[in-house]
Amino acid sequence: MSSLAVRKTRPAAGTTPGTAQGPPPSRRTALVPTITLLLGAAYCLLPVAWVVVAATKSGSELFSTFTFLPGTGFTDNVSDLSTYRDGVYWQWMANSALYAGLGALLSTAVSALSGYALATYRFRGRETLFNVLLAGVLMPPVILAVPQYLLLAEANLTDSYLAVLLPQILSPYGVYLARIYASAAVPADVVEAGRMDGASEWRIFTRVALPMMVPGLVTVFLFQFVAVWNNFLLPYIMLSDDEKFPITLGLYTLLEQGANTPALYTLVITGAFLAVLPLVVLFLVVQRFWSLDLLSGAVKS
Amino acid sequence: MTSTTARRRPYGVRSAPYAFLLPAITLFLLFFALPIGYAVHLSFRKVEVSGLGLGAGARQEVWAGLQNYTDALTDSELLNGALRVLGYGCIVVPVMLGLALLFALMLDSEKVRFTPVTRLAIFLPYAIPGVVAALLWGFLYLPDVSPFYFVLERLALPQPDLLDGGPLYLALSNIAIWGGTGFNMIVIYTALRAIPAEVYEAAKLDGASPLQIALRIKIPMVAPSLVLTFFFSIIATLQVFNEPTTLKPLTNSVPTTWSPLMKVYQDAFGNGDIHAASAQAAIIAFVTLALSFGFLRAANRRNKQEAAR
Repeated sequence: MSSLAVRKTRPAAGTTPGTAQGPPPSRRTALVPTITLLLGAAYCLLPVAWVVVAATKSGSELFSTFTFLPGTGFTDNVSDLSTYRDGVYWQWMANSALYAGLGALLSTAVSALSGYALATYRFRGRETLFNVLLAGVLMPPVILAVPQYLLLAEANLTDSYLAVLLPQILSPYGVYLARIYASAAVPADVVEAGRMDGASEWRIFTRVALPMMVPGLVTVFLFQFVAVWNNFLLPYIMLSDDEKFPITLGLYTLLEQGANTPALYTLVITGAFLAVLPLVVLFLVVQRFWSLDLLSGAVKS
Repeated sequence: MTSTTARRRPYGVRSAPYAFLLPAITLFLLFFALPIGYAVHLSFRKVEVSGLGLGAGARQEVWAGLQNYTDALTDSELLNGALRVLGYGCIVVPVMLGLALLFALMLDSEKVRFTPVTRLAIFLPYAIPGVVAALLWGFLYLPDVSPFYFVLERLALPQPDLLDGGPLYLALSNIAIWGGTGFNMIVIYTALRAIPAEVYEAAKLDGASPLQIALRIKIPMVAPSLVLTFFFSIIATLQVFNEPTTLKPLTNSVPTTWSPLMKVYQDAFGNGDIHAASAQAAIIAFVTLALSFGFLRAANRRNKQEAAR
């Protein structure tokens, strides 16, 4: 959780624990690390900065003016995009929000149940079950998606919202994170005390354990939200009706059509800009709640 | 769901974990085990056409033995795809992890400024879908709209075609490196921050330079994270699909079978040969699993040693 925290090893003499403001002026800045990191940041921000500027350009400005010179066509681009095929772009956005929001919620619920069970109970087959569930991480998605498609076709479920939602609910990584977090955050004696009071196992889970697991589950939710929002392959295989496309697949089809018609470039670019926006905003807002430490499996008990 | 089973205490406690795990187990069976089993089944079968292939019963699914597998292993397209991905992986994995380690060490060094901003900026690409990342870089590689070409043109320097031949590998690798460095940096940085301060104090008293501390203390101590990131990077590299698929509309140099997974997709949906596709998929899955278990075994041994301390 300490994404904005400061190292504990800073020498005490004359320093304030500098947070976002950096160290006090009396100490010299270490130039090499600072410049290296600034270069890295510039590299990472370059395409984002480019799309922000390019989305403001009209079709002719895109090819005639200097790349990083803002244009005058942003509002026109947005309204062009909104009217493209009766506003299908916003349908894609809504679909992505649905797939990622609902999918991540269900996934978090399943992960919480499984992680809690694997962390608190001792039962036959526990480790085997855990390892089998984890092995799912290693399965290349295409290898699952092709037979998943064929099986869902048997059930007449392809080209539906369910075809994209259902296969992504079980997240092996989510189960793994939830287990690690539950074993660190839910003490065994608290569970035992609940049993002494005569509470049912379900009640102990919902009333006692779940609140303790919330910070970890936020991470699981965000991780899964990003994973579903960014998923391209599964909808690419499952869907053919573009009313059901998520934004990744929609943008891809737009690019496919637009690649040979430079007139469509502005639509693709504006679409890419607007597609990046919600996730970047979400990211900036929640990154302080997002315990990145957990991603590497490190939990301080 | 367990309210009824939990009424009788001892039985409830015993059955509760299975009830809690029921959704995960059901989903696993339906969406992991069943598809894998089905794919293996398909990989041993083929469609036999009798006569002109017209009418009912003219196309029959029959047992194929290992034929699909021998076909896949001798398929030059699949082999070429594997070689392309190998070349791509040889660029992506070392450069990405090298940069991630470098940035993590820099973030962890003393008197460094602007770290909240730079750390977030380097991590930001993680939030951007691979398709959108490929699309953004794809435009940056296009001479008509790219700032790189603008600068090259003004300086009258040669303008290489980034979407063809050798540079194409670099262009694709760059997208993966851009997207993955931040995540790996955070994993390594987290491990660095977990090192107790006393470890450095002793080294500093002995007059060790920051570089020596980094090389002799920090890097060995974060070795488990490096193994973990290496492992995940290899898996991700073997599965490359989105980026080359997205660049495909922008150039003629990315064939539909550029990577093995693209070849599987092409055979299954482009050519409608699900049997050949299943056999190829099984081979790729086997290679992935073999690599993964080799790695996990090595990592586990290390973890056990640490847990035993």
